Amino acid sequence: MTDTTAARAFVRREMLPPQAPPPSQTGAIRWLRENLFSGPLNTVLTILGLSATAWIVIHLYPWLAHSVWNANSLSECRQIIQATWGEDATGACWAVIRERWPQFLFGFYPSHLYGRALLALVLLFAALAPVLFAGLPRRMLWLSAAYPALGYWLLWGGSFWYPAMLMAGFAVAALAWRALSARGALVAMPAAVAAALVWWFWLAGPVTAGLDAALPLAIEAVRSDKFGGFILAVTIGVAAISLSLPLGIMLALGRKSDMFLVKALSVCFIEFIRGVPLITLLFVASLLLNYFLPPGSNFDIILRVVIMVTIFAAAYIAEVIRGGLAALPRGQYEAADSLGLTYWQAQQLIILPQALKISIPGIVSTFIGLFKDTTLVVFVGLLDPLKGITDAVRATIEWKGIYWEPYIFVGAIFFAFNFGMSRYSMYLERKLKRDHR
Amino acid sequence: MKTSVFLGTLTAAAALAGSVSAATLDEVKARGELNCGVNTGLVGFAAPDANGNWSGFDVAICKAVAAAVLGDPSKVKYVPTTGQTRFTALASGEIDLLARNTTWTFSRDTDLKFTFVGVNYYDGQGFMVRKDLGVSSAKELDGATVCIQTGTTTELNLADYFKSNNLSYTPVAIETNAEGEQQYLAGACDAYTTDASGLAATRAAFADPENHIILPEIISKEPLGPLVRHGDDQWADITRWVLNALVAAEEYGVTSANIEELAKGTQNPEINRLLGTEGDLGAFIGLDKDWAKRAIIGAGGNYGEIFAATIGESTPIGLARGLNAQWTQGGLLYAPPFR
Repeated sequence: MTDTTAARAFVRREMLPPQAPPPSQTGAIRWLRENLFSGPLNTVLTILGLSATAWIVIHLYPWLAHSVWNANSLSECRQIIQATWGEDATGACWAVIRERWPQFLFGFYPSHLYGRALLALVLLFAALAPVLFAGLPRRMLWLSAAYPALGYWLLWGGSFWYPAMLMAGFAVAALAWRALSARGALVAMPAAVAAALVWWFWLAGPVTAGLDAALPLAIEAVRSDKFGGFILAVTIGVAAISLSLPLGIMLALGRKSDMFLVKALSVCFIEFIRGVPLITLLFVASLLLNYFLPPGSNFDIILRVVIMVTIFAAAYIAEVIRGGLAALPRGQYEAADSLGLTYWQAQQLIILPQALKISIPGIVSTFIGLFKDTTLVVFVGLLDPLKGITDAVRATIEWKGIYWEPYIFVGAIFFAFNFGMSRYSMYLERKLKRDHR
Repeated sequence: MKTSVFLGTLTAAAALAGSVSAATLDEVKARGELNCGVNTGLVGFAAPDANGNWSGFDVAICKAVAAAVLGDPSKVKYVPTTGQTRFTALASGEIDLLARNTTWTFSRDTDLKFTFVGVNYYDGQGFMVRKDLGVSSAKELDGATVCIQTGTTTELNLADYFKSNNLSYTPVAIETNAEGEQQYLAGACDAYTTDASGLAATRAAFADPENHIILPEIISKEPLGPLVRHGDDQWADITRWVLNALVAAEEYGVTSANIEELAKGTQNPEINRLLGTEGDLGAFIGLDKDWAKRAIIGAGGNYGEIFAATIGESTPIGLARGLNAQWTQGGLLYAPPFR
C-alpha cells in the first residue's frame, strides 16, 4: 500500500529513443506512395501517365537525337540523316532555322540595318524597366516617355524630326495644361487637347519641314512591307499592349460612370468590339478601309493593324478592370467621398491602385493572348512568324516539305516571351501582396 | 431608312473609288511602283529567298509589267495575298495586278468584275496516291478519303468529278498545301488532290517520291492567269500585251541573249514591230517604243526561258511543257499578231 513502486516489476525511467520510421514511410517510397500510388484510381492514372510520357519520349527522342544543323536543303538533310543513322532513320532538320533565322526574326528587314532593330529592342527593355520595376531610378522614366518616338525612328527610319515633332504635341499639351491649370481642370483640359490638335494638324508639318531643311537628321527609311517575323509581332504586340492598357482603364471607368452618354458609348464600344472576331477587324483595317479612303492615300498597314488590335484588346482589358472595380468594397468608394476627394483624385489615390492590383492576372492574360493574336495578321497579307514566314520559307525549292521544325522554333520563342510576362505578373503579385490585404 | 442611307453612302464611296482609280497607268507611274499581288508562297510560282527577293513564274509577270511601264523590273511592291484576300485586295485597289496562280472562271470574270488578261499557265487538277494503294486510275478511287484545300476551285471540281462518275469519297479539309502534304504523309487521306503543277512540286519534296504516283487523269481545266479590275481597259491592254509579248518572243526566237542584237533591226517585220524598231505600237497603250523589249529583259527572258528557269524540267519541280508549249509545238500558247 505504501510502496506502490515495489508492487510493479518494472517502471521505465527514461523515454525510448525514437526509432527510424519503417521503410515504407520514408524518403522516396513514402513520396511515391503519397503522391502517385495513394489509391487504386491514382495508381491507374499514374501508370497511364507514365506510359504516355514514355511513348512520347520513345517516338520523339530519335527524331530530336538525329538533328541536322548543317545543310543547305531538306534533301541534303535527309541524305545526312540516312548516311549517319541508317536508311530508315528520321530526324529533325534544324538547318532551315540556321539558314533562315534572320527571316524568322526580321522578315525582309534590310540585313545591314539589323543593328538598328536590335538597338530598338534593347532600348525597349531599358524603357520598360523603370515602368516595371519600382526600384530603378525614376529619372529613367524620361527614356520610357521618349521611347515611342525613338523606337519608331529606329525601326522605320526617315527623318528624326517627324516622330520628334509628333511627340512634341504632348509637350505642347503639357505646357497648355500648366499655363491654365490655375483656372481649373474644366478650362485646362480642353485647352490642352486643343493645343495638341492644333499642333499636330497645322503646325507640326511646317515645323518638321523647316527643321529638315535647317538640320537634316535622317537615317535610311524602311517601309512597312519589309517588316515580318518577330520584329512585326513584337512591334504590334508592344504598341498594342502599351496603348490598350490606358484605353482599357478609361473604358472601364466610363462603363462605371454615372454620366449617361459616357456610359452608353463605353458599353456600346466594349460590347461591339468584344462581339466581333479579331480577324473581322483586321479585314476591315486592311481591305474595307481602302474603299473609303481617298485613292492614293497612304495609311500604313501596320498602323492600321496596331489600331485594330489595340481597340480589340482595350475592350477586354476594360472588362477585366471592371471586374477589379466591382471587387472593391463599397466602403472604399464612400471613404474616398467622405475625405472630400474629387472623382479623379479618388480614382487615382484609392480606387484604381486596388482595382488594378486585383486585376493583374487577368490583364496579363489578356496581354499574352494579344501577343499571340499578332500571328493573325497573316490573313491581311503581313508575314507573321508562325505562318507567313514559315509558308514563305516552305515555298522555296530547298525547304519545301519541311513541317515541324519552323513551328517548334517559332513556338519556343513565343513561349519565352509569354513565360516572361507570366513570371513578371507573379512577381508583381507577390510584391503587392494582394493576398494579405 | 438609316440602312438605305448607309448603303447608299457605301455604294457612292465604292463608285467614287472605282471611277477615280480608272487610270491605273497614271497612278502606277505617279507612284513609281507597281503593286503586284502574289501568292504568300508557292514553290516555283512565287517565293521570297533568304534576302527577301521574290522570284518565280508568277513573279516574272509582275517584273515584266513593271519593266514595261516603269522601265525597271525591280520597282515592284509584292503584296502577298491569301486565297481569301486576293480578290478583295484587287477590287479595293490595294494592288494593281494580281498574278497569283488564279483560275480564270466565268464567275470570277463577270460576277467579281475582274478582267483576266490571258493565261500564263494551263493547269489541271490531278490526284496523287501511294503506290501500295494499288490504284492506277482516278476511277478506282471509290470510297477514298481525299485531302482537299478549302476555298479553291479544286474543291468544286472534285465534287463534280466524283458525282459524274458515280463514285463516293470522304473529303478531308485542309487549309494550306504544307498541311495537305503532312496529312497525306501521315495517312489521314488516301489521295491528295490539287493542281498537277502543285502535285509535281509536292512529290518532288518527299523523302520517298518513288513510292507515290500521280494518277493520269486530269479532272479539270485550270487556266491560271494574271487579272486586273474591270473598268480600266488601257491597263488591261497593257498587262495583256506584256504577257503576249513574252509568249510571242519565244515563238519568234527572241531570247534574253539575242534581244539586244535583234533590237537593232531584223528581216522579220513582226520582230521589228514587237521590239519597236518598226512602227510605234507602244503609243497605242500609252507606253514608248521599247516597252516589249524592256518587259522581256525584265522578266528574265521570253516565256520559255522563264518556264525553264522557274518550274521547267531542269528544276527540281520538273514540269514538262505539255499544254504550255507553243502552238507550233502542239501546245496552247498562241499570241495574237503584233500589228
